Amino acid sequence: MMERVIETRKVTKHYLMGDLCVKALRGVDLTVNRGEFVAIMGASGSGKSTLLNVIGCLDRPTSGQYLLDGVDTSGFSRDQYAEVRNQRIGFVFQTFNLLPRTTALDNVELPLFYDRTGKFNDPRAAAVESLERVGLGDRMHHDPSELSGGQRQRVAMARALVNNPSIILADEPTGNLDSRTSVDVLSVFQELNEQGITVLLVTHETDIAQYAKRIVVMRDGLIVSDRQVWDRRSAAQDLEAMPSHDEMVELVAEGE
Amino acid sequence: MLWPKRLLRVALKGLIKNRMRSLLTTLGVIIGVASVIVMVGIGAGAQADIETQISSLGTNMLMAFPGASRHGGVSRGAGSYNKMTLDDAEAIRERAEYISAVSGVVRSGAQVIGGTGDWSTGVMGVSPEYLEIRAWGLEEGKFFDERDIRSRAKVAVVGATIVDELFPNEDPIGQKIRINKTPFRIVGVLEEKGASGFGRDEDDTILVPVTTGLYRLSGGKYINMIFVSARSLEDSEAAEEELREILRQEHRLNPGEEDDFRIHSQAEFIEMATETQEVMTLLLGAVAAVSLIVGGIGIMNIMLVSVTERTREIGIRLAVGARSSDILVQFLTESVVLSLLGGTIGVLLAYILTTVLNDAVGMTTIIQPGVVAIAFGFAAAIGVFFGYYPARKAAMLNPIDALRYE
Ligand SMILES: Nc1ncnc2c1ncn2[C@@H]1O[C@H](COP(=O)(O)OP(=O)(O)OP(=O)(O)O)[C@@H](O)[C@H]1O
Ligand SMILES: [Mg+2]
Repeated sequence: MMERVIETRKVTKHYLMGDLCVKALRGVDLTVNRGEFVAIMGASGSGKSTLLNVIGCLDRPTSGQYLLDGVDTSGFSRDQYAEVRNQRIGFVFQTFNLLPRTTALDNVELPLFYDRTGKFNDPRAAAVESLERVGLGDRMHHDPSELSGGQRQRVAMARALVNNPSIILADEPTGNLDSRTSVDVLSVFQELNEQGITVLLVTHETDIAQYAKRIVVMRDGLIVSDRQVWDRRSAAQDLEAMPSHDEMVELVAEGE
Repeated sequence: MLWPKRLLRVALKGLIKNRMRSLLTTLGVIIGVASVIVMVGIGAGAQADIETQISSLGTNMLMAFPGASRHGGVSRGAGSYNKMTLDDAEAIRERAEYISAVSGVVRSGAQVIGGTGDWSTGVMGVSPEYLEIRAWGLEEGKFFDERDIRSRAKVAVVGATIVDELFPNEDPIGQKIRINKTPFRIVGVLEEKGASGFGRDEDDTILVPVTTGLYRLSGGKYINMIFVSARSLEDSEAAEEELREILRQEHRLNPGEEDDFRIHSQAEFIEMATETQEVMTLLLGAVAAVSLIVGGIGIMNIMLVSVTERTREIGIRLAVGARSSDILVQFLTESVVLSLLGGTIGVLLAYILTTVLNDAVGMTTIIQPGVVAIAFGFAAAIGVFFGYYPARKAAMLNPIDALRYE
């Protein structure tokens, strides 16, 4: 029996801009089961981010229902929303959204600061572990301004992971990264997915979508296509096959 | 609610991370608070100064001068009616009930020779009670008495300036001086009164018995004024009435006829000075209020400018699961800590400035607890409000809107 983690029913989202009403979502029905890896694609402005924000409890739908783990969230209070974000969802933004002038470690620890369950005896250790999980154990005490784009995204991922969420949502996490770093980041997502975490990932790039198990395509605030990926790729393997930066330099040198 | 300890920690971290903003905010509070306290302190000090000066004029003193107070009026033929004599003073001494001391005063300018050189000053012929009326004291020696008055003794009591000018290195008591060629013996030295607020050197004076002054130094008939002391401050008005009545009888004025003299009271001076002082206090208060408001606007600006950055920060915190109340408590704590810090430093600074003004500059500045409270409260309230209010607005947003805010 498949476990429905995410279920949206006729979810709409309208933005009022003066007299103009922008219909970002026009009734989206989407069901995601536990353990899935979904890539959401679509043209710019088709409503991908809006949908992801609703799913991540960062925003409320204008109408429709959103069931999280089978529970309707429409009646949730602000504090319950905060609790969901804190406990069950890890969110990775395209623009990282790290606190400036705050070390990677402190950034990663931030969600634990607002944890009210008391399940973390040692938040610091949990943050260190999370950073090591994304391969950034050696950069813990650096500020975001001292990190590369890829490293910043890893910090953001470590932050999303630190609370052991069951769902990870990522809005164009590779949008600001070069292709090699993108594949690298995707390998982390795939690894997390292997561990049972449900992953939803918004992307423009068809290459990136190939690493998901399922691709959903949106247009004008509606889902227009929804299919499984049969020839799914492994980011870890691709990464090995890709030339490293050093090799690339050599290739370029040979070509000359 | 999260643990208060944790919240305090995050608030302090926030303050340290935004050092510049914290510093500027505190600076606004510091300057606002300190300037108001000092400004109003200067006003209050000036007020106190004038009050001491006026009370140093004498004790419940009344002064009667010859001559009608009114500019117009019927002009009088007989000159003597417009004058005052020692008999007037005697009559007051004998008949008045509400008056405890009387002194006729004769004034004349004089060239004084003696000791190391000469000096021109004012000589006042007064009665022994004069010292009591003016609330003056003697530095050394003695004052002249009734016997000296009767004998028109050639004795003098001199002020500190005279001593400085003529006998800088000697004991002046017993020394001979010549006042307008008449030889006098110095019997006493007046207590130094220091710089008076009225621009006159009160120590540059010589007192002699009123009869001596009248008959040996000036015309020998009329005195310049009469100084009296009312028995008490409450009796001042009764004493003034009595003084007027006796002088009218002495000058044989009919009912309905105008006074041929003027009476001024110390109370009148106090009233006048207080009025002036009130205007000055108002002015200083206005300047103080302006500086407090300017300080407040400074705080406001800094707080509002940092909102964009802080709104994103709030968005991030909300996105990872902070509740609105967590954010509010954090920002409220930050604001309160900053404001209290700034306020406290401001008050300390005010105390330091006041001490410097008082001790080094020689001003009188009085710190008023009420003003300290108001200044502190106002600056702190502005700090808290403008630190908290924008944060509150941001904390009530959807996380995604807070993140998008620019
Ligand atoms: N806060 C907002 N106020 C007004 N309109 C908004 C707001 N957020 C999104 N929109 C509108 O909603 C529509 C969907 O936006 P959304 O950000 O979901 O698109 P997207 O698919 O993520 O695009 P992109 O690929 O460029 O990120 C757009 O037309 C956008 O202009
Ligand atoms: Mg988007």
